[in-house]
Amino acid sequence: MREILGDIDRWRSQNKRIAVARVIDIEGSGPRDPGAAMAVNEDGEVCGSVSGGCVEGAVVTEALEILQSNSQGRLVKFGYSDDEAFAVGLTCGGVVHLFIQPLNW
Amino acid sequence: MIYAALAERIRGNKPTVLLTVIDGPNTGSTLLVSPDQKKFPTLGTLGDEELDRVAARDALGELEAGRTSVRNYGPSGQVTPEDLVGTPTVRIFVESFSPPPQMIIFGAVDFTAALARVAKVLGYYVTVCDAREVFATKRRFPMADEVIVTWPTPVLAERGPDLGARDAVCILTHDPKFDVPAIQGALATAVGYIGVMGSRKTHAKRLERLAEVGITKPADLARLMSPIGLDIGSRTPEETAISICAEIIGKRVGRNVPSLANTSGPIHR
Repeated sequence: MREILGDIDRWRSQNKRIAVARVIDIEGSGPRDPGAAMAVNEDGEVCGSVSGGCVEGAVVTEALEILQSNSQGRLVKFGYSDDEAFAVGLTCGGVVHLFIQPLNW
Repeated sequence: MIYAALAERIRGNKPTVLLTVIDGPNTGSTLLVSPDQKKFPTLGTLGDEELDRVAARDALGELEAGRTSVRNYGPSGQVTPEDLVGTPTVRIFVESFSPPPQMIIFGAVDFTAALARVAKVLGYYVTVCDAREVFATKRRFPMADEVIVTWPTPVLAERGPDLGARDAVCILTHDPKFDVPAIQGALATAVGYIGVMGSRKTHAKRLERLAEVGITKPADLARLMSPIGLDIGSRTPEETAISICAEIIGKRVGRNVPSLANTSGPIHR
């Protein structure tokens, strides 16, 4: 979170709506530990990361959808065993669990 | 605004922990807690007063241990299995924000600038200390968070109690007047890493001087990583800085890395 505070502050001063995605758990091998964070603003601009670049694209899509809906946040899972909508996985074979929510707090 | 307070506490290096409901009633609600609740009051709610109280108490324990984790409660903070029967589960992401680890570098030499740079990349709060004010200047070490002109003993007396397993003391002086008190001071702390620069010959002579001041316990001497760094054949200050930081990482996570302190033969080939 520390490394994305600057970008978030800038977006907030521009009154952009923002979603924050955080790694909450990792199964097996994963590039980033719990707490790794990225933020997406309503224009699709991104700061930070939650993996080695493997799932960030899918996180943007999910984050924008959360901003457009009235969602207060949802759990999202990416990985090889993923049987949900996204066919995106980590090249290292692990599973990453994210919580994505609007930054309205 | 909870975010604004969180950002302020992170930037001010104040320990704090953010709780977020990730599943169950009130998903998305947050609670921000700091140990010093007089100065940094608890903000937000997870939707239930009793849940706030129980989860905040647990979160402060997680913060103390530097852990980030997911914890499960009942809607009113229930934790015992019989109380949880028939209630929805509230899953809470407990994210600890600890102040950055510290690196104190003794000796204002060329290796110091390179080490301070690499340590900053790794997120350390870097303090450079040397008794010679001509050398210990902010202009020479702009990347350091602090540059202080003094002897090792007062610095370690003051900051020693705060040093722990995540922190590092690197002694880069080759001057016995400086490195003996620095080693003595560092050994009196719980700091996780003590690296001491010098050739194998310098190290042998230093052991004699340490013995003169009563430092002979094998457990103490085993804490000294000397010669400092990994046996990767580094030559330049920058390469040496990488080898020192790699050794610090390896020791912190308990990996068996090829430390120069545990190998023999020439440091440079």
